[in-house]
Amino acid sequence: MANTLSPVAPTAPAPSETLTKIRSGLARRHARERRFRAYGIAAICAALGAVVILFSMILMKGVPAFTQAKLTLDVFFDPAIIKVDPKPVRAPDQSAAAYERARLDWERQVTLVNWNRILEAAVRAAAPDIEVDTRQALSIVETSERFVLRDRFVADPGLLGQTVKMDLLASANADNWLKGNIDRSLPDTQQQLSAPARALADRLKEDGTIRFAFASQIFTNVDSRSAPASAGLAGALMGSLYMMLVVIVLAVPLGVGTAIYLEEFAPKNRFTDLIEVNINNLAAVPSIVFGLLGAAVFINYFHLPLSAPLVGGLVLTLMTLPTIIIATRSSLRAVSPSLRQAALGLGASRMQMVFHHVLPVTYPGILTATIIGVAQALGETAPLLLIGMNAFVAAVPATPLDQSTALPVQIYLWQGNENRNFFEPRTSAAIIVLLGLMIALNALAIYLRTRLERRT
Amino acid sequence: MKKYFLAAAVASVAVAASLGSAAAQSRDTIQIAGSSTVLPFASIVAEEFGNAFPDFKTPVVGSGGSSGGLRQFCQGVGENTIDIANSSRRIKTGEIEACNQAGVKQILEVQIGFDGIVFATSADKGDFALEPVHIYKAIAAQVPVDGKMTSNPYKSWKEIDESLPDQPIAVAIPASNHGTREVFEEKVLTAGCEEAGLPEMAEEEKEAACSTVRQDVVVEIAGDYTETLARLQSNPDTLGVFGLSFYEQNRDTLKVATMSGVTPSLETIASGEYPVSRPLFFYVKGEHIGQIPGIEEYVEFFLSEQMAGAGGTLEGAGMIPQPAEKTEEVLANFKERKALTAADVQ
Repeated sequence: MANTLSPVAPTAPAPSETLTKIRSGLARRHARERRFRAYGIAAICAALGAVVILFSMILMKGVPAFTQAKLTLDVFFDPAIIKVDPKPVRAPDQSAAAYERARLDWERQVTLVNWNRILEAAVRAAAPDIEVDTRQALSIVETSERFVLRDRFVADPGLLGQTVKMDLLASANADNWLKGNIDRSLPDTQQQLSAPARALADRLKEDGTIRFAFASQIFTNVDSRSAPASAGLAGALMGSLYMMLVVIVLAVPLGVGTAIYLEEFAPKNRFTDLIEVNINNLAAVPSIVFGLLGAAVFINYFHLPLSAPLVGGLVLTLMTLPTIIIATRSSLRAVSPSLRQAALGLGASRMQMVFHHVLPVTYPGILTATIIGVAQALGETAPLLLIGMNAFVAAVPATPLDQSTALPVQIYLWQGNENRNFFEPRTSAAIIVLLGLMIALNALAIYLRTRLERRT
Repeated sequence: MKKYFLAAAVASVAVAASLGSAAAQSRDTIQIAGSSTVLPFASIVAEEFGNAFPDFKTPVVGSGGSSGGLRQFCQGVGENTIDIANSSRRIKTGEIEACNQAGVKQILEVQIGFDGIVFATSADKGDFALEPVHIYKAIAAQVPVDGKMTSNPYKSWKEIDESLPDQPIAVAIPASNHGTREVFEEKVLTAGCEEAGLPEMAEEEKEAACSTVRQDVVVEIAGDYTETLARLQSNPDTLGVFGLSFYEQNRDTLKVATMSGVTPSLETIASGEYPVSRPLFFYVKGEHIGQIPGIEEYVEFFLSEQMAGAGGTLEGAGMIPQPAEKTEEVLANFKERKALTAADVQ
């Protein structure tokens, strides 16, 4: 064979049969390679296509939810309706408790004012020529807005008798109608808003009283059932943040410590082998099992509170630990032995060798593992359902011990809301927020890795 | 970087320390769990309660189904157990016994109103005028044909009754973790079964024949009504079981079926004309009153005219108010702390 190809043997006449054999063989080999490349490209295209379809579907559904119908109304704080005592002022000789009680009493009095009548008057004033009854007029404003009026008044009782321009949320049904989420051609019996209320909404939209503005309440408000249009993610975001803090604070030192000990100090025997096998197994345990464990241990045995981000964080820590341990061990293993030997040869102790020379080289690896582990934990839902974090919570948790939900759980809860027309887009909006956070975390991981790699 | 590790270590010690103190810290938020039918109503009241009472925190409302909620409720007394269990059916003797055994002796029952169970199809489908017997014949595993029990032969609704549309039978019903299932079996399946005229058989056999459903056309939904709706969207022939409030909010995609000639609505259910309705409850742990602030006020607020009363907020959300006298009686029992015993529910 070699003879026929070799240029030093030109005397032998090249048998054309062999040559064609070789040529066709080569052609086949090349074709095989081209085919393989085509398969690869097809695989990437299929994956990319799936991602594009998924993202474009979520974006198409979710992006409209970031704008929402808002009314700009002239609200008259009518003294004929708001009949309350003047806000109590703390007398010099009054104790703090007595003042607090007086203030609460006053606030309750303010709450009992029929704020709906003030809202109704404001809506009517905006379109005086459209005939609507009380219920219809109020049906285009979100029910929570009466508390917005109340809070405004509590903050500034001097508003009594004045007219103030206020931005108020339109109700979820009005938003659905104006956005066309409900088919506008459907008959009255299938519509959520009555015919006069729809006419009123259309009219207010036309003259600019209602306009679509950025739905900032998605980020600033907590979840709401009685006023769907005001539902937001603030509570869930805070809950997720607390959980991530707990995970980082617990999982990173524990995981890195375990990995360093196992890799650098522990003797290699059956027992450490057993531990290693178990850690690898733990990494593959489904997350719901960790949830069951968390419910049994943290809640039933340690009596930690239900629905608390602390418990969620602890459960997610258990889930993240194996990821961090395994990644840290493999990056420690990747450090070249010459570095260790040089350090030891220069008289460093084992501990100095590990902490001064080996560990700094592994920072990029550890950091990436941590961030990816945290991102995974951020998107985890199943274990949280078992520790009561799938509850309806209408408050931003002040500490990790307060009841709270988490971002992925909030998505799950909104997905189950009865007002499908409004919450389907809202759910996609929440998914966009969660994906945005994930992308930000992963970008941070890449940025920090490249920066640290350059330094070491 | 070394400094960061040190800081992390210190912080982790701090978290570990807070673990210990967590158990000692007292809870000041009412914790509720249970029925997904009651959940929307309870959440609305919780929110309004938080707004109306600035001195109390907004209660936290979890789901888990009636049975799940009552199981949590009966885990015992203490801050890491829930205070109130929502339920779309009455508590059972077994559950009361389990509760008592775990130390929950003061089970206070609060009936809040009614809920209707409706049958609905996709809005673009034919009209259904159902009778309980139609449903029974459509989904029972065995039905009587010529006086003998045979495995269910029906493929289309038209085969069951001439008045029904010629549409393949497919039904999505709630799974047994829902309180709704029990009402469905009692008010629809059993009623239809009796109407169908089963041949003579032993009582137990009859009960089984009435409540066993065939698996080929029936989907049991363990999740909430959105899951049922998703079934309707993937197979438009499906007839789904929904709560009235869910249907009311999705009238643009759903068409409701009449039952025994009555269209379900707030009025027909309140008057008792529409046959498939059930009372809604929540159960309060008496031992927690006074320990967790606001429980008493929450219950009173829930039963107030502006919430559960006729024309109140909850009626707007789809709950059917109960007569005012019933509410008064329930409230009086609650104020007396009249605990429920196993004998009461038999």
